[in-house]
Amino acid sequence: MQVTSSVRKPLITGGKTVHDVTEDICKQVEGKPSKLWLMAFGISVVTLLIGLVAVVATVWEGIGMWGLNKTVGWAWDITNFVWWVGIGHAGTLISAVLLLFRQKWRMAINRASEAMTIFAVICAAQFPILHMGRPWLGAYWALPLPNTFGSLWVNFNSPLLWDVFAISTYFSVSLVFWYLGLVPDFATIRDRADGIRKKIYGALSLGWDGAAKTWSRYESVSLILAGLATPLVLSVHTIVSFDFATSVIPGWHTTIFPPYFVAGAIFSGFAMVLTLMLVTRAVFKLQDYITIEHIELMNIVIIVTGSIVGIAYITEFFIAWYSGVPAEQYAFYNRMQGPYWWAYWSMMTCNVISPQLFWFKKIRTSIAATFILSIIVNIGMWFERFVIIVTSLHRDFLPSSWAMFYPTIYDAGVYLFTFGLFFTCFFLFAKFFPVINMAEVKSIVKSSSEKTAA
Amino acid sequence: MKENQKTYWKGIEQLSNDADFVKKNESEFPEYLPISETGGESSNRRDFLKLMGFGIAAASLAACEAPVRKAIPYLNKPVDVDPSVPNYYASTYVNGGDAVSVVVKTREGRPIKVEGNKYSSITKGGSSAQVEASVLSLYDKERLVGPMKDGAETDWATLDKEVTSQLNKIAAQAQGSGIRIVSNTVLSPTTKKAVGEFIAKYPTAEHITYDPISSYGITEGNRRSFGAAMIPSYDFSKVKTVVSVGADFLGTWISPIEFSKQFAQTRKINEHHREMSRHYQFESNLSLTGSNADYRTPILPSQVGPLVAAMYNAIAAKAGQAKVSGGNAGDVAHLTAAANELWANRGKSLVVCGSNDPAVQVLINGINTMLGNYGTTIDTTAPVNYRQGDDMAMSNFVKDLNSGRVAAVIFLNCNPLYNSAEASALTAALAKASLTVSTSDRMDETAAAVKYVAPDHHYLEQWNDAELREGHLSLSQPSIAPLFSTRQTPESFLKWAGQTVEYYTYLQNNWKESYFTQQSEISSFQTFWDKALYDGIVELGGSEKAFTYDFAAASVAATSIGQNYKTQGSGLQLALYQKSGMGDGSQANNPWLQEMSDPISKATWDNYLTISLAMANELGIKMTEGETQLVNLMVGDQSIEVPVLVQPGQAPGTVGLAVGYGRTKAGKVGNGVGVNAYPFITKLNGANTMDVLAGVSVTTTGKAYRIAQTQTHQTYMGRENVIQEATLDEYKKDAGAGRWHPHIYKEGEFVKPSKITLWSGHEYNNHHWAMTIDMNSCTGCSACTVACQAENNIPVVGKEEVLNRREMAWIRIDRYYSAANPAGNKKELEEAAANPEVTFQPMMCQHCNNAPCETVCPVAATTHSTEGLNQMTYNRCIGTRYCANNCPYKVRRFNWFKYHDNTQFDKNLSMNNDLGKMVLNPDVTVRARGVMEKCSMCVQRIQSGKLAAKREGRRPVDGEINMACESACPSDAITFGDLNDPKSKISQLLQIEEKKEGEKATERVVNEERAYHVLEELNVNPNIWYMTKIRNKVKESTEA
Repeated sequence: MQVTSSVRKPLITGGKTVHDVTEDICKQVEGKPSKLWLMAFGISVVTLLIGLVAVVATVWEGIGMWGLNKTVGWAWDITNFVWWVGIGHAGTLISAVLLLFRQKWRMAINRASEAMTIFAVICAAQFPILHMGRPWLGAYWALPLPNTFGSLWVNFNSPLLWDVFAISTYFSVSLVFWYLGLVPDFATIRDRADGIRKKIYGALSLGWDGAAKTWSRYESVSLILAGLATPLVLSVHTIVSFDFATSVIPGWHTTIFPPYFVAGAIFSGFAMVLTLMLVTRAVFKLQDYITIEHIELMNIVIIVTGSIVGIAYITEFFIAWYSGVPAEQYAFYNRMQGPYWWAYWSMMTCNVISPQLFWFKKIRTSIAATFILSIIVNIGMWFERFVIIVTSLHRDFLPSSWAMFYPTIYDAGVYLFTFGLFFTCFFLFAKFFPVINMAEVKSIVKSSSEKTAA
Repeated sequence: MKENQKTYWKGIEQLSNDADFVKKNESEFPEYLPISETGGESSNRRDFLKLMGFGIAAASLAACEAPVRKAIPYLNKPVDVDPSVPNYYASTYVNGGDAVSVVVKTREGRPIKVEGNKYSSITKGGSSAQVEASVLSLYDKERLVGPMKDGAETDWATLDKEVTSQLNKIAAQAQGSGIRIVSNTVLSPTTKKAVGEFIAKYPTAEHITYDPISSYGITEGNRRSFGAAMIPSYDFSKVKTVVSVGADFLGTWISPIEFSKQFAQTRKINEHHREMSRHYQFESNLSLTGSNADYRTPILPSQVGPLVAAMYNAIAAKAGQAKVSGGNAGDVAHLTAAANELWANRGKSLVVCGSNDPAVQVLINGINTMLGNYGTTIDTTAPVNYRQGDDMAMSNFVKDLNSGRVAAVIFLNCNPLYNSAEASALTAALAKASLTVSTSDRMDETAAAVKYVAPDHHYLEQWNDAELREGHLSLSQPSIAPLFSTRQTPESFLKWAGQTVEYYTYLQNNWKESYFTQQSEISSFQTFWDKALYDGIVELGGSEKAFTYDFAAASVAATSIGQNYKTQGSGLQLALYQKSGMGDGSQANNPWLQEMSDPISKATWDNYLTISLAMANELGIKMTEGETQLVNLMVGDQSIEVPVLVQPGQAPGTVGLAVGYGRTKAGKVGNGVGVNAYPFITKLNGANTMDVLAGVSVTTTGKAYRIAQTQTHQTYMGRENVIQEATLDEYKKDAGAGRWHPHIYKEGEFVKPSKITLWSGHEYNNHHWAMTIDMNSCTGCSACTVACQAENNIPVVGKEEVLNRREMAWIRIDRYYSAANPAGNKKELEEAAANPEVTFQPMMCQHCNNAPCETVCPVAATTHSTEGLNQMTYNRCIGTRYCANNCPYKVRRFNWFKYHDNTQFDKNLSMNNDLGKMVLNPDVTVRARGVMEKCSMCVQRIQSGKLAAKREGRRPVDGEINMACESACPSDAITFGDLNDPKSKISQLLQIEEKKEGEKATERVVNEERAYHVLEELNVNPNIWYMTKIRNKVKESTEA
């Protein structure tokens, strides 16, 4: 790998040696689970089970368990879907785009953020299935499978079908990319383990031998996958935004949606990475690997994407006014002044105003402030999707059909279910997989000569 | 087999006809089974194995047997019944004092749909929500399955024996021998004859007639004016000016279907005929009629009398008649204009009044006499027979009962313990009668209080007749054998009168004697009878009678008015009314009517106190999304807790409350829905009055309540792309008045939205089905919504689910309020005016040619047909609801739950028990949970129409295929047809240019300037066209 420029601040602090890296990271995998982990994992599983009740009730009784109605056909379901998919964006961006741009600071965080991506996409995928009236059929009828129904085929005009392709492609590429990065680290764990653990990690490491040729191939495949994954970062949320942009509903029918959605996705993804990182960092004592420097850099990404999102909001308004289309104008008037004004203003506050605080160095380097703001951003991004979906639908063209959407506990329950699923997966990952990419991080640990100079 | 002459024989024994063989051969098993039953020692093991083998095989075979769902084929097929081929029978809907000639559609012997009979010169094929819904009542599980005695089942023989013996005993008594038959208006002459025979047998018997909603004021008013107690026929089709003082003639007054049909004729306009009637309405509650008026003035109930007197005087001044004194109506907007116009259109005008005060009706008659309307718009030669109830007789009956003069009461198909003004007095006095009988079809409030119940057939199960107006007969024939052990009421009366004749014979004989002889066209009675059965209608013509108005009665009446109405009273006044869906509440157990969205309030499953916005502000009640409060309504010494509904158009100082609710013994569906308003009916001049002029107060309780409305937003926000309307004056100058033409800027010019499109468009080479809806004719009555529900197996979801905004109606009537001068900002647009203009817009799937729903479905479950229909494939639908979201008209309906065979939806009677399911239309799928549905443009009707034509080797004729909504519509607002047929009514209406070779549906040129697409700017290009609403009013003077 390349030599780090000496003018730059070291990315790993605390004078860690290569051996320290192995020890620090493997310790978590090899040791007994801590009480804290057990507690967190337990809570996640309980959340998952409680949420499962809502999922079962929905599938058993019908979508009527939710608060949807004749006017508002989507609400929390698709809000949550878009929200989780958005969160999933950061991982690929960090691992693929930053790899291509040779941003080495990504190395400490890419593993966990990629894992987050995978789990977020899994959570997101629950909703397109669960929101169907007949998921037992829809789960496979939406796929272009050869069937016995004669010439019956899916409708390639439907943005929902594009979603199926976009999400499944994104998920497969992310999964392969993530797993590939894990292989050398699994080998490290395998080499240190014995007994059944050795067998399991041995199998997971796919016979990694650490030879120069292997490393060379590893590097090449990583680059190729990064190249493949990069357009996906842009495409997935672009296609998700088509669900809305290609429709006729005022507030949905907007050409600005693709870039706006992508920026929003990165925005929320980084916020979620920060939330998780700050917790992991504290729990696993990884302060030397995930430094204030990392946090600051991510906060800068949040300012940039947050500002893009803010500009998008304002542009939407301008265009609504400029278009001269009364329905469009009313849709945006209704967002601000209608019965869901609180959702709109929550979104504006959380997404546009709050990230601007990161202009202050003191705030963007403060762990507490970052943690709070990262959560606020994700609340804001949830509201953004809620505002787009519900406030556009609830008052569209014919005033006779205008209605309100009130969520039920089952709406909340299914959302809770995905939280349970996400954190159960994440805590399992944190315990049994190396949370930091050891192999890559070792490449940026300062050499001994520099160490003495420092 | 015949060619085969060989004989096969089993063995030499058969060939030789061995006696032993012949004997054994007769039994099923010619030889004994080779098992030793005695348990002989030699073959025990083998027998055991054989038995075990047989046992296992038998047991497993028995287990294999699939559950048998019995589909029993006809052993002898009835001549007229072909599976899957419907039969139609002409019959007559009868409910209390109402009757409508109908055609009943049956499938495999089950009545499944009721429609208006086009041969009737009265209703001309129109129907109403109540008529459409009545077929479901046939399959109501709450109906009695047989006669009852003291609340327990008995048999007819016992009942007849006991009733007859007690009647004989009572009739023979010296004291208190009165026998009373209490009924609503009986329209059947043959039933009346049967009752007459009963009275002849028991001379102490008297027949008392009352109506829940009394028209006694009119009959009595006519008696005082002309000396004949009758209700004349009205002909709204000839009017130029109609003034209605509180008469809801399009919704509930006397014969609303007939009047809607007639009135609609005066509202039909086109380029060549730019004239229409003008309609003034003076009323307290916003009624269906008032909402269709050109000028509507809210008045207090206490103003009715003085207002009519003032109008009388205004006309009298012009006619040179003496003025009368009748109190002071104060300054009533539009009154002078109305009087002037009435006078200008003498003989082509009509004044009607909903008041039940005979004095007021006397003045109304005077006005119509001075205007020369008798003989033109009012026909006294053929008086109608509806609502002949006598309020005085009813009060006297209760007095007689109370004083012990009456020992036997027979309630003939009526429920006075619930729906009469004397309900509470009657309930108390009923115990004094020793014999009480009811013929109710269910254990209703009255039936539960009597000793014997002799349940009547449903009207679809019986032979009967009805004389709707003098000389206009309508025959009822059964379209199904009686489902239960019920008996036709006139037959019961004949039985009790000691006659053994079957009612059918009795009816036929009566017709032979009475009506067959009155005509001379047909010489054979059988032919006459067959034709009457086929047509359902016999019209013999009324009698010529001359009446002279007694002007002396007018001044007497005016004096009475002067005493009874005090305009100056500052207290709150209560105006009771009927909803056009629920009516008098007799069909309260019909979930289709309960869930029918009220045309005005858009509320379901409730009645409520309608209050003005000003009063709501005073009480501090704000109504949003159906959330409101319960208030305490005090009327005299009675108080009741009732939710309020803020009703634009409600006259300040008044509150309104619908009767027909608060049933306690209607059945599972109707019990406990709303509150009972009948106890508030009071007496005025001896007649029941629906208006309470004093002693009304309302206090808040602070308790929250939710009214299930299907529409909670009241205005159309000034959106011209939705509602396009103009005044008649504007229309006269420009046939395209009120039209809104969207244009989109494209490359330096403004073009029509249809010019910018990515759609390649559809070409329909065979048929191109389309529909027009004339918003000028639509009165909002909602008959179409119930017709659609019956035709298309639409589930009832119940109040909770309506509150969740999940009603399933495929066609809905959007009702918008608007002020004459639209407000500027958006917040003000959301508020309806105090006395708003009302627009009704039936809304269903628009069958877009560029359908936004079709593109977004991931599984292609909704697609376009080659004939212009947007189709739903239920079994392909996975329920993503994307189509519903992307539907700009929000007409798609999702099956949120399983509505059939689900105890949670047990109010959905047509899908949750075997009896109720008989009403389902077998041509329409009952939709599964989780799929989307919507208006299919009655595709089953289109298909059967095409099939019938194909079998005859021709193309379908225009008018042969009708939509359920279209055929129900009493005002002919809906026209369906083929746009590819240049001669079809719809092509003519739209003045569509003939389709050129290769022309796409979206390119068709429509020349009718009133025709427009809702949301034209979206270029979804619907196949449903709307015609602009034209109001016959002067724009400036709209604010009352």
